[in-house]
Formats: sequence, structure tokens, C-alpha cells
Amino acid sequence: MKMMKGAHAYSRARARTEGGNATDVGDVLAELQDYRLCQRGSSGLVMMGKYFFSETDIKSAWDQVLTAFWQRYPNPYSTHVLTEDVLFREVTPDNLLLSRRLLTKTNRLPRWAERVFPGNLSRSVYVIEDSVVDLGNRSLTTLTWNINHAKVMRVVERCVFAGEQDRPVWTRLTREAWISSGVFGLSRPIQEFGLARFRSNQVKAMKGLEHALSNLQKASAVCPGDSAEKHKNLNSASKTQKPQQYI
Amino acid sequence: MNSVGEGCTELKREYDQCFNRWFAEKFLKGDRSADPCSELFHKYHTCVQKAIKEKDIPVEGVEFMGANREKADS
Repeated sequence: MKMMKGAHAYSRARARTEGGNATDVGDVLAELQDYRLCQRGSSGLVMMGKYFFSETDIKSAWDQVLTAFWQRYPNPYSTHVLTEDVLFREVTPDNLLLSRRLLTKTNRLPRWAERVFPGNLSRSVYVIEDSVVDLGNRSLTTLTWNINHAKVMRVVERCVFAGEQDRPVWTRLTREAWISSGVFGLSRPIQEFGLARFRSNQVKAMKGLEHALSNLQKASAVCPGDSAEKHKNLNSASKTQKPQQYI
Repeated sequence: MNSVGEGCTELKREYDQCFNRWFAEKFLKGDRSADPCSELFHKYHTCVQKAIKEKDIPVEGVEFMGANREKADS
């Protein structure tokens, strides 16, 4: 995919919040650009799109963020995610963990789109999430995109969760998305809708991850005043986290 | 969380539990001992692949990390 970015330069702004919660998510300032996707599909469509970029600091150690990443569904903010499956997993000889997950999500459209695309209502959106965990450089890179409804709108999202040695209690999340639509005459409103939905999903995704992280924290906490019996299944002052299992 | 194959959810759960434990206790600590979950994964995987075929979900031939290299239409 060849991309030509807009002629104007953009600056990144980052904000960080600190507080008492297990995971404080910094505020996100996203930079938007229009881009032209110089790619022709077999039907000769030229895709136009929007580019989204953000950086966020998560106030949790990288290990915890990763453990929570695999367990973030279901959560109170993910009612639009219907199913989650691991299709593939492999540890490579150089100790990278590769995974592929398939998600199905509801296809919530604004009313005007429901009128224009009546057929789309019946099918959920199928989303693939490919990921690489690199323990050596403490990074998780994910690429997520929809494999159906793509002609109407394609959203490709790339996330990097990076732990830094000098900031062990923080994890930096860098998120990029490319939102494009090939529908003649409607690409702009579709992109706008796509971007609005993406942002709303991004907020839910962060809340969902926070939720999973705080569950992990609770699972590993030793409650003062409880009997020793209750502590049997919890970690005693050890450094390991037992992942919370969702029912 | 449900699997896309209605009958696979229990197998998924068992596999997920195994993976989450292995991930936190072994992989993240640099322990390279063998993955204890491969049998569970195999059972689960067989079930899911069947559901994917039945539902005609277009996952075949999709290159790993390949979103940027895919054709525009589907």
C-alpha cells in the first residue's frame, strides 16, 4: 500500500495522567490526515482515506499489559464484540510469539448508511488481529483489519505496546489507523463515520484493557484481614501475577 | 467469551486457561520449555476451523500481518 501523506507537517502532543488507579490512561491527542491510497483493487477503485495517529501512556508494567491483552474480552465496554477465537499461535526459534485471532463484531451503522447499504445489516464484521510479542525488546505489535465489508470501508489498525527499561511502570501505546472507503461518491461520509466509530471503539478498547488490568491487580492482591484459608488461591507476596479468568 | 463456533466455546475456554497460565508463568519469564497447550489447541482448532468453513468466513490465504499488502476488495 503506497501512501502519500498530506503536505503539511503535523506535531504530536502527548499527555500523561497520574493517579491512584491501577491503570491510568493518558489522554490521547490524535492527528488526522487525509491520505490518498494509491492502490487499485481489481475493480479499479481508487481508495481515499483518513489516517489516525495517537500515543498514550498506560500506567501499568508491560508484562501486565500483555497478560491483560489476551484476557480483555469480554468486558463491560465490549458488547459489540460477539466472538473471539485464536486461529493460530506459534513461538518462533527466536522466541517471538505470533498469534492470529478472529473476532466478530456487530456492524453498527448510522441510519443513513442502513438505507444505502441494506444488505450489510445481516452480516457481522469479521476482524483479524495478528500480533507479535517480542520479549527481547519488550514490544507487542498488533495489526487488526476487517476481512469483510472491506469495499465499503476498510479499517486497518496498528498498535505497538512498548515497555521501556527506564520507565518500568509505564507502557507506551502507539496506535495508527488507516480508514478508507472505495464507494464512489460516498467515501467521505463513510470515512467520517468510520473515524467516529473507530475513536469510540478506541475509547472502549482502552477501558476494556483497564478493566482487565484491574482484575489482574485484584487477583494478585492479598486482602488484609482475610483468613489464611482464603489466601490459598491468591499469590502471596510473590512477584508473579495469576491471570484472572473470565467466565 | 464465545467462540464463533457455538459448540467450541468450552474447548476455547480450556485452551485459553492453559495459554494464559503458560504465557504469564513461562513465556514472559523467558522460560522456553515446551508449550503444554498444544493438545488442547488442536482440539479447539479443529472445532473452530469447521465452524469457519460452515459460516464461510474468508480467512483462507490471508497473509500474516498482511493487511497492508492485501487487495482492496473483498
